[in-house]
Amino acid sequence: MRRLRAALTPYALIFPGGVWLAIFFVVPTVVMLSLSLQSGNVADGFVFTWNWQSYVDGLTNYHDQIIRSLVYGLAATLIQIVIGFPVAYWIAFKGGRHKSVYLFLLLLPFLVSFVLRTISWQFLLSDNGMLLGPLKNIGLLPGDFRVLATPFAVIGGLAYNFLPFMVLPIYVALERIDPRVLEAANDLYAGKFQTFLRVVLPLSLPGVFAGVLMTFVPASSDYVNASVLGGTNTTMIGNVIQNQYLVTQDYPTASALSFTLMALLLVGIFAYAKALGTEDVLEVAAR
Amino acid sequence: MRLFRGRGLQIYTWLVIAWLIVPIAVMVLFGFNDTKGRYNSTFQGFTLKWYGKLFEIGDLTQALVNSLLIAVLTMLIAGVLGSLIGLALGRYRFRGSGAMNVVMFAAISCAEIVMGASLLSLFVTLAVPLGFWTIVISHVMFSISFVAITVRARVMTLDASLEEAARDLGAGTWTTFRLVTLPMIFPGVLAGSMLAFALSIDDFVITNFNSGGTVTFPLWIWGSTRVGIPPQVNVMGTLIFAAGLLIALGNALVARRRR
Repeated sequence: MRRLRAALTPYALIFPGGVWLAIFFVVPTVVMLSLSLQSGNVADGFVFTWNWQSYVDGLTNYHDQIIRSLVYGLAATLIQIVIGFPVAYWIAFKGGRHKSVYLFLLLLPFLVSFVLRTISWQFLLSDNGMLLGPLKNIGLLPGDFRVLATPFAVIGGLAYNFLPFMVLPIYVALERIDPRVLEAANDLYAGKFQTFLRVVLPLSLPGVFAGVLMTFVPASSDYVNASVLGGTNTTMIGNVIQNQYLVTQDYPTASALSFTLMALLLVGIFAYAKALGTEDVLEVAAR
Repeated sequence: MRLFRGRGLQIYTWLVIAWLIVPIAVMVLFGFNDTKGRYNSTFQGFTLKWYGKLFEIGDLTQALVNSLLIAVLTMLIAGVLGSLIGLALGRYRFRGSGAMNVVMFAAISCAEIVMGASLLSLFVTLAVPLGFWTIVISHVMFSISFVAITVRARVMTLDASLEEAARDLGAGTWTTFRLVTLPMIFPGVLAGSMLAFALSIDDFVITNFNSGGTVTFPLWIWGSTRVGIPPQVNVMGTLIFAAGLLIALGNALVARRRR
């Protein structure tokens, strides 16, 4: 009896949370797939008809936005690696006693609402605002120069908003490097550059991979930055999905697009994880 | 390679930190702006008047109250449910734990818009009226995994033999849990619950999909971007920022004293 109870304990513990996740996370994904294959409209209701047409329509009408989302997401991710890696490197190796202070400073933006941060950039970058206004007044920039409503503003916003998710995993990977390994490289006559290229960089890669996972997914599926900082030529797939769900209420097309986005990201993640060795990436990402 | 030596990299790090902080500084600054009209776009002098008129916009205040209520409920519900999962995964080896880990990993790495959209699909299909409680449901859903992972990490560092000792000394299951297990895992539970609170109060995307007519703080800001953000939003943002800062610093001080 006692043994049976012990065997059941973990199941009893995960039961309430597991049910919550099953009903409100796993089941909805199936419902969304079903909805994408239905036809009808909001007024008359929807019926399941294996209506693949929503996928055809969605991909025909919005392939530009899908490709743009992936390109913007990739661009933002690459920028984050370039900006974030040296920062993570410096904090991990030269941060000394104040490492946690620097990490804390990097995380400060998270104490301000995501929407508010993005609006703050809109304000800063506005056509005659705090940054561009003075430069235009002294003639350094032409009067019709703008940053808002360009891809640069959207990609910049994405890179800004998710940067800490790139720096932290790289920092964790670099922090774990045993200093004796670096000494060994030095003893074996590796110069600083050689040491970096052959020892530090390979050991940091799991962190970079995890960072890519944690920044590419939210960046490529975002619609806040494109709405606030972008214009009509920078709409991403997130904008389309949001609009189809909440404004036009064309649920089949909306869920078909949403499912397509999920499938693309999933295939991407698994291909990526497979290429790099599943355990490592998932392990680091789960932390 | 020269860049990687000496001061260059340090200056670079500080520049990146400055870049991260600039929009926050602007937000704080314009909460003190003595602006005349509704538009808060150029700095016209220092004033504290918006701190006095903080709650003058009724629906903004309501939105902030909604956000706080939802965050507290999320913290409590996800805190308990997530901690139980974390305890199970950290302490026991059982069939099905792998599946649980996969679902949690999926929930953490899933794009927010996909989570919001699929949950809305469920609510639409079942004709569930959207509002306060659908927001709470969605927030608990995406917070559980984060709490569970935080608690699991804490549980894994603990020694299971302490619980065995308690049982050998005659304590029942519940007594052991209350007097031994819970106090040991409590820092993890607290950290996980605070994380859930933070995730909830800042969430925009999933809330946007499942809110119906209920407005939260981020949704209110989103809705007023076209007409201009009133200074009260800056003040509220500043106060939330300050509260977060105080909690984080207090936490760091306590941790240092413990050491």
